[in-house]
Amino acid sequence: MSTNGGAAAIVERAETLYHDVGLASVRRHKAAHGGLAIGYLPIWAPRELLHAQGVLPVGLMGGGDDVEIIRGDAYYQSYICHLPRSVVELGLGGQLDVLDGVLFPAICDVIRNLSGVWQMRFPDKLVRYLDVPQNFDPEIGGAFLRSELESLAADLAERGARPLDPDALRASIAAYNRNRRLVVDLYDLRRREPWKIPTWELYVVLRAGMLLPVEQFDELLVAYRAAVAGDESRQPLDQARVVVIGSFCEQPPLGLIKTLERSGCYIVDDDFVQVHRFLRGDVDTDGDPLDAIVRAFLSSAIESPTRFSAPGAKSAALAERVRACGAEGVLFCAPSFCDPALLDQPLATRAMDAAGVPWTAFKYSENTGQFQVIREQAGTFADSIKLWSGDTPMRASR
Amino acid sequence: MKASKDASQLRQKQMIAEHYSRLARSGETGEKSVYTFVPGNLTELLRSFDLLPVLPEINALQSAMRGKSKEYIAIAEKAGHSEDVCTYVKCDYGMMKSGNVGPTGERLPQPDLLLLSYTGCFTFLKWFEILREEYSAPAVMLHVPYQADGRITESMRRYVVHQLREKVIPELERLSGRAYDEDRLKECLTRSARAEDDLVAVLESAKHRPSPIDAYFGGVYYVGPIFSAFRGGEEACAYYRELRQEVEERVASGLGPVTPEGQLTRERFRLVVEGPPNWTHFHEFWKMFADEGAVVVASTYTKVGGVYDTGFRHDPEHPLETLADYCMGCYTNLSLPTRVDLLARYLTEYDADGLLVHSIKSCNSFSAGQLAMLRDVEARTGRPCGFIESDLVDPRYFSAANIRNRLESFFQMIDQKRERATA
Ligand code: SF4
Ligand code: SF4
Repeated sequence: MSTNGGAAAIVERAETLYHDVGLASVRRHKAAHGGLAIGYLPIWAPRELLHAQGVLPVGLMGGGDDVEIIRGDAYYQSYICHLPRSVVELGLGGQLDVLDGVLFPAICDVIRNLSGVWQMRFPDKLVRYLDVPQNFDPEIGGAFLRSELESLAADLAERGARPLDPDALRASIAAYNRNRRLVVDLYDLRRREPWKIPTWELYVVLRAGMLLPVEQFDELLVAYRAAVAGDESRQPLDQARVVVIGSFCEQPPLGLIKTLERSGCYIVDDDFVQVHRFLRGDVDTDGDPLDAIVRAFLSSAIESPTRFSAPGAKSAALAERVRACGAEGVLFCAPSFCDPALLDQPLATRAMDAAGVPWTAFKYSENTGQFQVIREQAGTFADSIKLWSGDTPMRASR
Repeated sequence: MKASKDASQLRQKQMIAEHYSRLARSGETGEKSVYTFVPGNLTELLRSFDLLPVLPEINALQSAMRGKSKEYIAIAEKAGHSEDVCTYVKCDYGMMKSGNVGPTGERLPQPDLLLLSYTGCFTFLKWFEILREEYSAPAVMLHVPYQADGRITESMRRYVVHQLREKVIPELERLSGRAYDEDRLKECLTRSARAEDDLVAVLESAKHRPSPIDAYFGGVYYVGPIFSAFRGGEEACAYYRELRQEVEERVASGLGPVTPEGQLTRERFRLVVEGPPNWTHFHEFWKMFADEGAVVVASTYTKVGGVYDTGFRHDPEHPLETLADYCMGCYTNLSLPTRVDLLARYLTEYDADGLLVHSIKSCNSFSAGQLAMLRDVEARTGRPCGFIESDLVDPRYFSAANIRNRLESFFQMIDQKRERATA
């Protein structure tokens, strides 16, 4: 991929993909290469396994503010988060027809039950609830996850995917390891020089990775990094460094991310599009590759609200994230009615209080259209951080 | 006419009082308490170790019935709990912060163990994460896979049994200071199955016309002992034996159910209800049905702590496997198509006039997808389906006028259908 057009052209391409809720890019891919395309909901899916079987994994993150909800509202009551209604809207509107099936990872009751709605509405498609263990002992939870993955592989093969082959799986693991490193590298660069990588740009680039084959996503990441790293027009501003927590499933509208940045915040860590970073570090490419994926899931996954962790582990992980990225505050930014995110908040905010880290909290839904209140809240928060921490040049160059 | 209490009701009251008083005295007696949940509870296993269960959901619903939940929820929200999340959790949190006084007015003991048997709902996991911090009690997790494809596979069963053997039982051994006694567990399971037979007979009595029971409002009392601390004990067997006899006598006499307002004399509507009841206005809610002569002949809420009427019984011959199957078989652990099948089956087997969905703001486990279920049941059975909304324990979400209006339209729909059928 050429970097001649600079960051703007790359981001524009990514943004086009971000808005591609009807999956035109997936249709083109299938027309050109054949094979299956399988959707997956947040926040983790064994994309390596799909890739090894010649299947295009397609991340589904709801409809954002691009989808007008008509049928979806007749499916979900007002007190349920927004994501399932936009996914249903897209499904019933035929926009997801190109998918041969959808995986519903076990993260909450809404996505769990959405798998049932899909079974009822799309009986000809592959519908897999991907149960993941809450027991992290390799002999117990690991054995269960392995059998879930084997049965997924068999289901895919039955639908026409290549049978799972260990060498192919090792190669796919290597491909996703490479990809993960590129993503983490961008996060590192943003942490060091947030003015080089506005989060809204990073976000659309990550979203593009939900639709692109991993190899093409790599190219996009490499091109974007090269373009922004050398862009001297991107200079530091006096912004407060914040971590955004809680947006791991239903995503905030792009306008909300831009609003946070415009209100005076540098987002230096976040939970957006988490599938790219759900596993920390590489998955082993030696030995049995399926075992390697299972091991990584059990022992290298991030502390997520969807996992039952050791006492204090989530609070400690959050405190460490804040420290590692030199953040001056935390924005708890969760979707309305998101039980996993919101039930975690009291413990997390308490941990921040104990660590002396300022925080503020607000909610959104993926189609929130008005950001005035959030803008004021985040702006006041950023101002108070800047006022109290004082040392502006330090903040900018940290 | 106000109803007089049946012998079984008095017995249940007595059982509950004794259980709470045993809990209150546990500080002196040294008995250990284990907090755990209703769906997928391991009561027989706890009983085999002489451990005392405490069920936070039951405490929450009792708090609501005693008019305390509003205050408790306010305490939780003031402490930073979102207004969007499950109100059971907040009600329990507020109760704990207010001295942890249980339904009988006695203080509950702190948990010696949090037994997180995680069946049919992810919120349980979050709930115990919160309690774990408050009490500094150890927590042991039993992760129960979801029946997404409408069946239990060998791998699912093996996974649960493995956790029971390697995680749960060793923790119970440590806590109780005694070894796992499989014979004792088998005895409990034998008693469970006996009580389950009687419970099913009670629930199925609603196939009669008139139904001698209300399988929702009355049903929640009937399932109380078997869903909570008593399954596997002699007292539960005695309770269900007695209840069954009473119900059989009612059938023989052609009597309808007893409501808080007294004997229901005219059964006008036979309903199936999906979803939990509202606890803050329980009697007012029940009266809205009773006033119209509406009797619930089958409900899904009375299956959250075990679906026995499709054939499952605890099996003493396979003690750990049967516990696994029990946990995986609870109602909210079933896929939506399986839930639709069950509702359609209830409508026909109980010859019901329609399905009413009571959707609960708090509870994604029950509520997410209910509208799709409703459409499918309607399409499959051709019977009217109605929809009402409120909450379990948050009185702010109970709008009597709104529910009454919707119920009226629903009953009119049924009447119109009848008229068309006879025209
Ligand atoms: S936004 Fe939260 S509640 Fe909604 S589907 Fe995602 S994790 Fe579940
Ligand atoms: S979400 Fe529903 S099932 Fe889960 S704890 Fe709350 S009320 Fe119970």
